[in-house]
Amino acid sequence: MVTGTTTPLEAELARIAGAVPDPELPVLTLAELGVLRGVHLTGPGRVEVTLTPTYTGCPAVETMSTDIEQALHGHGIPDVTVVTVLAPAWTTDDISEEGRRKLSEFGIAPPRPQGPAGGPVSLTLAIRCPHCGSTDTELLSRFSSTACKALRRCTACREPFDHFKEL
Amino acid sequence: MTTTDTTAGTATATDPALTSAALALGDDALVLAQRLGEWAGNAPVLEEEVALANIALDLLGQARVLLSLAGDEDELAFLREERAFRNVQLVEQPNGDFAHTIARQLYFSTYQRLLYAALAAGDTPLAGLAAKAVKEVAYHQDHAEHWTLRLGDGTEESHRRMRTACEALWRYTGELFQPLDGLGLDTTALEAAWLDSVTAVLTRAGLPVPSGSRTGAWRAGAGRQGLHTEHFGRLLAEMQHLHRSHPGATW
Repeated sequence: MVTGTTTPLEAELARIAGAVPDPELPVLTLAELGVLRGVHLTGPGRVEVTLTPTYTGCPAVETMSTDIEQALHGHGIPDVTVVTVLAPAWTTDDISEEGRRKLSEFGIAPPRPQGPAGGPVSLTLAIRCPHCGSTDTELLSRFSSTACKALRRCTACREPFDHFKEL
Repeated sequence: MTTTDTTAGTATATDPALTSAALALGDDALVLAQRLGEWAGNAPVLEEEVALANIALDLLGQARVLLSLAGDEDELAFLREERAFRNVQLVEQPNGDFAHTIARQLYFSTYQRLLYAALAAGDTPLAGLAAKAVKEVAYHQDHAEHWTLRLGDGTEESHRRMRTACEALWRYTGELFQPLDGLGLDTTALEAAWLDSVTAVLTRAGLPVPSGSRTGAWRAGAGRQGLHTEHFGRLLAEMQHLHRSHPGATW
């Protein structure tokens, strides 16, 4: 998401920065994950990128910053600063439709849309198994391979799978 | 808008009351993250190992933001002596058996969720972090509540252990509601909400609400005044050893 007025060059740089793959979920770009907040020219050859973490302690932020710097260096911007912002807080609703589709294709059940409250979804909306498509799945653990995922099992095909949990 | 740099704190708070509040809350998160990290390689099942490490990581992320508001995060974490830490004594208590860890998680995550929700509604520089962290902590509380129900309403043995753990840690819970200057919090309301929530979970789990005092006998104060329990020194020694042995080392 790019906010404020943007010049065509900023839009182009935002596209380049947004196309950087997420280091932990390389099927998604940072734009699809919804963590890129803005790209602004602050001087000739000088750019400030604002990035928001999925979780406060997300260890991938530093790699994301380095990858963005390299991508923009590669497009002739010598001076790149990446600033992390926390507010407004990222939510799984910021993941694009295309991002959700790619997650599912990659074997990760995408997050369900949520209301303004955030946190665990109390209503038991069905989470579909990304392997066989069954909605008959059960929670194994609220926490999985990364902070943003929960571990589930499909009771139809018996395969375990990750679910990008709602935040 | 709360702004942090990924490598160093940039937005150090200037209000001294706010700086000490950020330090106290940052120390809570840091010390509990360190304690939970001790389960790595030791948890009863793999899923729990991953869960406790994930919770620790969330807390560490929150600690980094809070400590950066108070000063240099690395100096604060690795170069302070025991008496300079302002965390509550609850978070430094040893992991004990799994029931002790869950009782500590129940007491602390319930408090932290209420605290962050109140801070998120306020207008201090902590509001941005709090709005984000309250969503993370909702999962920590959910995790602790489910385990409390499962252990309290489980076997005779699990019930006995969970009851013992809840009683053992009860006396550290009063300190959570000591007023912190600079945050504009209604700690009395926070405490009442905490007591309601914890009572409801314990009751559902078939566990008695502990009847003992919720504070220690030591009138000089506790963790918020820099007075810590015997266990804390060893935790710090482990946490700080590498940094102190190799000053300035980087990966």
